[in-house]
Amino acid sequence: MLLIECPYCGVKAEETELSPGYEAHLKRFGPGSTDEEFEAYMFARKNPKGVHFERWRHSYGCGKWFLAARCTATLEVFGTYPAQVGEPPADIIEKIKARRPDWKGYK
Amino acid sequence: MSEPVSALGGASAQGFASVREIGPLGMVTLRAKPDAKGLAKAVKAAVGTAVPAVRRIVRDGDRACGWMSPDEYLLVMPYAAVAGALEAIGTAMAGEHHLAVDVSDARAVFRVEGAKADQVLAKLSPVDFATLEADELRRTRAAQVAAAFWKEGDGFTVVCFRSVGRYVFDLLATGAKPGSELA
Amino acid sequence: MSTRLSKGGRLIDRSAAMEFTFNGKRMKGYRGDSLAAALLANDQMLVGRSFKYHRPRGIVAAGPEEPNALVNLGSGGRLEPNQRVTVTELFDGLEASSQNHWPSLEFDVGVANNYVSRFLPAGFYYKTFIHPRPFWKHVFEPIIRQSAGLGKAPKDRDADRYEQAYAFCDLLVVGGGIAGLQAALVAGKAGARVILLEQHAHWGGRAPVDGDVIDGKPAGQWVDEAVAALSAMANVTLRDRCMAAGVYDHGYVLADEKVADHTPGDGRPKHRLWRIRAGRILTATGAIERPLSFAGNDIPGVMLAASVRDYVVNWAVSPGDRTVVVTNNDDGYRTAIALKEAGLSVPAIVDARANPSGDLVAKARALGLRIEAGRGVAKVKGGKRVTSVAICLQAGEGAVIDEIACDAVAMSGGWSPVVHLWSHCGGKLVWDTVNAHFRPDPARPPLNHDGGALVYAAGSANGAMKAAEALVDATAQAQAAVAALGLKPAAAMAPVAEAVAEGPMEAVWIMPQGAPVELKSKMWLDYQNDVKVSDVQLAAREGYESVEHTKRYTTLGMATDQGKLSNINGLAVLANALNEDIPQVGTTTFRPPYTPVTLGALAGEARGEIFQPLRRTPMHAWHERNGAYFEPVGLWRRPYCFPRTGETHAQAVVREVNNTRSALGLLDASTLGKIIVKGPDAGKFLDMLYTGVMSTLPVGKCRYGLMCNEQGFLSDDGVVARIDEDTWLCHTTSGGADRIHGWMEDWLQCEWWDWKVYTANVTEQYAQVAVVGPNARKVLEKLGGMDVSKEALPFMGWADGTLGGFPCRVYRISFSGELSYEIAVPASHGAAFWEALHTAGAEFGAMPYGTEALHVMRAEKGFIMIGDETDGTVIPQDLNLDWAISKKKADFLGKRGQQRNFLASPDRWKLVGFETLDGSVIPDGSYIIAPGVNANGQGNTQGRVTSTYYSPTLKRGIAMGLLKRGPERMGEVVEFNTVTGATVKARVVDQVFYDKDGEKQNV
Repeated sequence: MLLIECPYCGVKAEETELSPGYEAHLKRFGPGSTDEEFEAYMFARKNPKGVHFERWRHSYGCGKWFLAARCTATLEVFGTYPAQVGEPPADIIEKIKARRPDWKGYK
Repeated sequence: MSEPVSALGGASAQGFASVREIGPLGMVTLRAKPDAKGLAKAVKAAVGTAVPAVRRIVRDGDRACGWMSPDEYLLVMPYAAVAGALEAIGTAMAGEHHLAVDVSDARAVFRVEGAKADQVLAKLSPVDFATLEADELRRTRAAQVAAAFWKEGDGFTVVCFRSVGRYVFDLLATGAKPGSELA
Repeated sequence: MSTRLSKGGRLIDRSAAMEFTFNGKRMKGYRGDSLAAALLANDQMLVGRSFKYHRPRGIVAAGPEEPNALVNLGSGGRLEPNQRVTVTELFDGLEASSQNHWPSLEFDVGVANNYVSRFLPAGFYYKTFIHPRPFWKHVFEPIIRQSAGLGKAPKDRDADRYEQAYAFCDLLVVGGGIAGLQAALVAGKAGARVILLEQHAHWGGRAPVDGDVIDGKPAGQWVDEAVAALSAMANVTLRDRCMAAGVYDHGYVLADEKVADHTPGDGRPKHRLWRIRAGRILTATGAIERPLSFAGNDIPGVMLAASVRDYVVNWAVSPGDRTVVVTNNDDGYRTAIALKEAGLSVPAIVDARANPSGDLVAKARALGLRIEAGRGVAKVKGGKRVTSVAICLQAGEGAVIDEIACDAVAMSGGWSPVVHLWSHCGGKLVWDTVNAHFRPDPARPPLNHDGGALVYAAGSANGAMKAAEALVDATAQAQAAVAALGLKPAAAMAPVAEAVAEGPMEAVWIMPQGAPVELKSKMWLDYQNDVKVSDVQLAAREGYESVEHTKRYTTLGMATDQGKLSNINGLAVLANALNEDIPQVGTTTFRPPYTPVTLGALAGEARGEIFQPLRRTPMHAWHERNGAYFEPVGLWRRPYCFPRTGETHAQAVVREVNNTRSALGLLDASTLGKIIVKGPDAGKFLDMLYTGVMSTLPVGKCRYGLMCNEQGFLSDDGVVARIDEDTWLCHTTSGGADRIHGWMEDWLQCEWWDWKVYTANVTEQYAQVAVVGPNARKVLEKLGGMDVSKEALPFMGWADGTLGGFPCRVYRISFSGELSYEIAVPASHGAAFWEALHTAGAEFGAMPYGTEALHVMRAEKGFIMIGDETDGTVIPQDLNLDWAISKKKADFLGKRGQQRNFLASPDRWKLVGFETLDGSVIPDGSYIIAPGVNANGQGNTQGRVTSTYYSPTLKRGIAMGLLKRGPERMGEVVEFNTVTGATVKARVVDQVFYDKDGEKQNV
């Protein structure tokens, strides 16, 4: 059972205190978008074996959504950060590159 | 008009720790960012304490202010003091974006007391009590429902939603049964 | 025979005699006995029958690896099937009975299977029961179900209680043998928070039995001192009787503590399931001895050699008077020596190796023991007990050289490290050719959340098989684990165990090497599931190459012991049959739990009243007192109806509807979700959330709103009230409050985090009562305190005030079509307010009504219900709710989704009403039949019923449903299917059956 630190309150929360929220850093496409854009937003989810960015909510704690960089194969957690960002923080990117030299980047 | 009634009417149970429902207790949810203008003044006026740091609760007698999330505080006070507190917050934070609501009746509050009170909670919540600070407000899970607690006096104050008050009381009473001490 | 020796027994207290029964027979034992030891002391070697062939089976082992000796323990509310006698502590009054036989253990009819065993080969079930197909259901399955299973399932409610608890530590050490103790000492001295678990009630593992000497002291003394030292450390917690069942991601470990198994009825929890979060885990779980595969190796009296030694040394029980030792390694000699030293007879040591050497061999020789080197067992003879062994050349084909009379056989096929916990989270293994076993591969450990090693293996669990090596290894592993935790390990010298020079073991997978098929079909690999060498070889011949497939085909290792004895032997046989090396064939996957964990422990406190949280409204006690029949709505319990004496539920619902429509009904609506949304951007936010416009709602007014998900499908509905300039109160469905609050917070936190909006879920702050019916206003006026007239409080308005002295907020909204007020009071006044309404309303015919009456009345009015008319594939337009969708707004959640072309199709199933021609009620779940059949030959459909009730108002069945192009087909008669095959004809009508113009609610 995963153990993930909430970046807001610092609690090392076990999975039962959290709710999963699937892929992070999605861009919303609303009215006016093409079918392809909407499809990408709504349905096209990454499912990598390796580094993945995902949403978690500290639902039994402070109630806040945060984002986590995690390896889906080894379950290594590279870091967590608040959800109010457009892309992963530089220090987490650096850490992932150091741990996974072959990593192609988050996009 | 009737007297306010707490969720369980003051139920209690005695085991290796004692469990009792307290209340009705005054509680206000105050949502504001830590840098909101007038926040410190509002908290001071409502409960007489400073604004707590992350995951902390500042207590002063029967009043307290706890950190609930980056933009939420829990104000604790006597039940009758809520209306005054809401008014004081409104005054102190006039013109500043915030939300203050009375949640006194939405909660059930328990005291779990005794030298081994932490063992009762350790059966319900994934919390390391050895590292829980004296002034820490921990929001977590008690078995299958949300709960929050902090150390107070000879034990802990436990807060949950009113509708599951009976469930949480039964959990606490079961966990405190004699013969089930963890150490 | 097996018997109690007059002296010795390091674990028993001869001053504390205990009585117990086995199959009703009274027997005696001592405190400290395992049930297995006590049974053997009473000459009860035969303890069960095997699963498939019902062969007589005896005790094989002395620990959790025991495959045969499973019994029913206790009776009534304390009956537990499949309990292993080797890990059951004896207590006074214990009752045990053997299982899997009929009519008795000694005479079992099922043994007939044994004589037809050549017709029951591997995969027998797969091969036999396939054809003819109807036979499976009607013939084979009933027979197999009759004969399947081991113990009896308890029928009574469990009389015991169980609990769970969380624990945290830096280092969790599993196993209280010398390696685990030493590791805990190293970590404890370094200041780490340590939890040390031992599955047995005693510490020290094998070392005290094996006669090891540590730092010049007998191992037992060293163990006692280590336990004392650890007990004195504040940062170390020791738990015995606590079995680590599984290692899970990020250092989560489940451990089952048998708190009161040995003291039943003393009021303590029977088991406690520990949920441990450890920074690092060190497994010092020891090793398990392997059986040897020779013919007749399952006859009662054939036991593992080290277990025989355990019985003699720990419990002063001799499994037999004359014990032949069969071995392929030096450790077997320890048993021969222990037996000899206890004054028992060892007619021979049969050693498969041609030239055994080493200290132990020399000692055996010195004791005058007969050593048959290069020999094997051709066959064990006996029925319910060993009578003799026939010996042969190990290198030959089983030609008998000699026959030795004996009543027990102690076999040792080498040792396999217990790698289960290492493997649960992905730790890999390497094949060790010296010891012929798999051990943890230090280069490929299971990983922790930081990417470092999660588990360290130490001692014989890590392949360090001798005491001296194990202590050195445990010290090094603990130091590595402590360093990984960021602590500084104290410079520690490992304790020194006296070295014993042992000769190399020699892998022996079949005895004798060239055994013909007659012998191989009597060589048991898996005792519990009756899998033999010949079965695995057959599977290989039939093309099974993968060890995982072979396991399932033969059922090797699939019994309750999960192959603890059979795993390595089985895959060695498979590898030989496939002409592959053992590492290439690999092992099956190790999965938790290590040994079975009772369901009671997994359920913990969650039973009875606290099985799951029940949410209760402030009026719940009143409902209970007044005979409410409850239904679950999410976790809430809501009154479905309030049946009176002699009334059925259906009759009660009819009465409640009629009374509400004609007089006054009171509904506990407290469960309705209530969310405050406040801020300068709250209006903008709600306009994005709802399909309609909420920003323009005037203060003091209410508006019905719909929420969709981003795909455009309807997700929730409710009435929104504008409280003040920047505050709205959103009502959600009863089950939806938390979900919708979370939905709001998701968008505010993750998409529009710069918008100034705060939300608060105040659902439970208020008790809410719907006061409904023509007399609704009268009762409120009687309570008094505020103006509730049509003028002061018109339909879809709200006002704050007091009623009967209660502070309240009154909403003029209606879900029934009647004059209706929904009144919110603080929850702490809810019960009193509810009672006050009943008292004041008595003269107006006030009656409570439940959720079913609510449903019927809303259906009569044609109001939709989330979850009835919606199922996650329905858009508001399907429900003719276009009026609630803004055409002007550039965007709202779900708008883009609704623009997808298939959702705009005119062929969509849309909402209409149905009136049955015969007045009957259409069954729930019925579909509307369309002509023809689909590609699968199933009848086509063109719609389905979504809400269907008997309407007391119209005195006939009414329904709503979705019908292809429904609104264009008014007046048409369609046909609904039913489960009986009959159909129901109904006319398509407007969905509003009652008061189409809304005159009743707007008075």
